[in-house]
Amino acid sequence: MREIAVVSGKGGTGKTSIVSSLAEVSDTKLVLADCDVDAANLPLLLSGIDGPAEPFFAGETACVDDTLCTGCGACEDVCRFGAVRVTDAGTRIDSFHCEGCHACSLVCPEEAISFQEDQAGTLTVREGPYGTLVHAALGIARDNSGKLVAQVRKEARAVAEREARPVILIDGPPGIGCPVHAALSNVDHVLMVTEPSGSGLHDLERILDLCEHFSLGASCLVNKADLNPALAEEAMALVTRRGASCLGMLPFDPDVPRALSRGECPLSVPGFRDRIEEAWATLTR
Amino acid sequence: MRIAVASGKGGTGKTLLATSLARIWSDDGLEVEYIDADVEEPNGHLFLKPQQVASRRISVPVPALKGESCSGHGKCQEACAFHAILSLGDSVMVFNELCHGCGACSISCPDGALLEKQREIGTIRHGFSLAMRFREGLLDVGEARSAPLIEEVVRGSGGDGRLAVIDCPPGTACSAVAAVEGADLLLLVTEPTPFGLHDLLLAVEMGRALNLPMAAVVNRADLGSRAVWHALEKEKIPVLAGIPFRREIAEAYSASRMTVEESPEFRGMVAALGDSLLDNAGGEP
Repeated sequence: MREIAVVSGKGGTGKTSIVSSLAEVSDTKLVLADCDVDAANLPLLLSGIDGPAEPFFAGETACVDDTLCTGCGACEDVCRFGAVRVTDAGTRIDSFHCEGCHACSLVCPEEAISFQEDQAGTLTVREGPYGTLVHAALGIARDNSGKLVAQVRKEARAVAEREARPVILIDGPPGIGCPVHAALSNVDHVLMVTEPSGSGLHDLERILDLCEHFSLGASCLVNKADLNPALAEEAMALVTRRGASCLGMLPFDPDVPRALSRGECPLSVPGFRDRIEEAWATLTR
Repeated sequence: MRIAVASGKGGTGKTLLATSLARIWSDDGLEVEYIDADVEEPNGHLFLKPQQVASRRISVPVPALKGESCSGHGKCQEACAFHAILSLGDSVMVFNELCHGCGACSISCPDGALLEKQREIGTIRHGFSLAMRFREGLLDVGEARSAPLIEEVVRGSGGDGRLAVIDCPPGTACSAVAAVEGADLLLLVTEPTPFGLHDLLLAVEMGRALNLPMAAVVNRADLGSRAVWHALEKEKIPVLAGIPFRREIAEAYSASRMTVEESPEFRGMVAALGDSLLDNAGGEP
C-alpha cells in the first residue's frame, strides 16, 4: 500500500480539483483521505453514500464546580492561555482558549476543577465509484486538527488493508503547520500543487523545505500554468533544483472554476484529462 | 479599529483584498497598518514590498532541567496532557513540537527541578510600505503550532486610532481564531463555488461563536451560481462587493503586482468597498 499526500502550502492552488481528477482517472479503486479537516471539500466533488458520522474525541476542557470554588484565583494566575476568569458570579472557563493542560487543577487548593473530554469533530466513511473516501469535520474553533487528521489517515489505512487497495490519496490542508505535519508524517510520496505566482512560488519553497525537514520524496504539478508561463518555468526549475520531480503543467482556463462552480470535476476541460492521466501513471508507476 | 480579512477556504482572494484595502486607505491619508497573520504562508510582503524592515525572533517557553536536581518521580510526564515530556531516570526528554508551554510539568515537579527556557518558533518582521505600517509573522519551517506567533503579530494592532487590516490564515481552527479574535469586523472573502459556499458557512459559524460583526465580499463573482448570495442573505451578512473574474487581476496577482495600481476599475471597486466597510464598522454590529 502506498500513501501519496497532496499539499500546496498556499490555499486555492487546485489540490482538491486535482485529487478528485486523479481519483476519476484511476482504473483501480482507491482510498481517499480528506485531511483538510477545517474545510473538507473533496466530499463536494466525489459523490457516494456516507456511513454514519462518528464523533471524534480529543483534548479536554476545564470545568469548575462552583460549590467548591472559593474564588481564590490561583487557577487564573497559572493559566497561560487566558482561559480562566474569576468573576463575582463564579470562575468561568473560556472553552475556545482552554487547552486542557490541567495546570489550573494542579494548583486549585479546593480540587474544584475537573475536565470534560471534547468532541473535536466527526469522521465519516463514504463509498463511491472511485472507492472509499474518508472525510472529517473539525468542530468550529477547535484545536486538535492534527489529531483528527491522524485519525482520518488511520481509518483510511484500515480500509485500504481490509479492501486490499493499492493507493491512499491524501488531500492535504493548506499551510505548513500542525495539520500538515499530521498529513505528511511517514507518507511514501508528496505531490505538491503550485501555481505560477509570486505567492505560489514563495509557498512552494516552504513546502519543499518541509519535505526536506521530514526527508520525504516529492513531485510537483504546476496548475494554471499559462497564467504566467515564465513563473511556471521558474517553478519547474525550482522543483528540479531541489531534487523533486516535475509531473507537468495544467492549463489556466476559466472553464475550470466554471466546472467547479457546478460541483463538477474539471476533467472535461481541454488539456486537463491527458495531463492528469499522465501524472497518475507516473505517480503509481 | 481592526478589520480581519478571512475565509474558510484558501485562495479566495484574502491577500488580494487585504493588501488592496490597506494600500487605498493609506494612499487616502489614513493611519493604516497591514498585518500578515497567515504566518505559515505570509504573502502580503510580495505585494506591499516593505522598506526599513526590522525583525525580532519570537519564542515560546519549554521546560528544561535545572542542574542535576531531578530525582525521577516522573510527575512531569504524568502531568503533561500533550505527551511532550518523558521522565528517564534522573533526566527528562522534551518533545518541543508537542509542548504547549502550559507550565504544568514545572508546577507538578516535587523537586522544583524544571525551569523554563525560551525556544524560538518564528520571526516578526515590521517595516513600512510608503506611509503604511507593515507587520508579518513567519513561522519557522518544521514548527507545528502557529497560534502563539499569530497572537504575537496581531497583538496591539488597531490601537491609537490606527486602522489595522489583518490578513488571516485560511480555515476555522485555532490559528484562524487567533487571527480574527478581537477584530471589530470580520470581512469574509468567498467565491461562488460549492467549495466557497461550504467553507464560507464554516467561517460564519466561527464568527458567530466569537461574536464578531461580519460582512462579505464575493470574489470571481460572475463565474458561479447565486447560492452564495442567497446564503449570505439568509445569514443577514451584508455583501459589500462583488469582484468580477478578470484575467488581468489574476495576471497582476501572479506577478506580485498591485492590481489597484494598474486597473482603475478594480481600484474603484476596492475604494467603494473601503467606504462601505468604514460605514459598516462604525455602525452597530
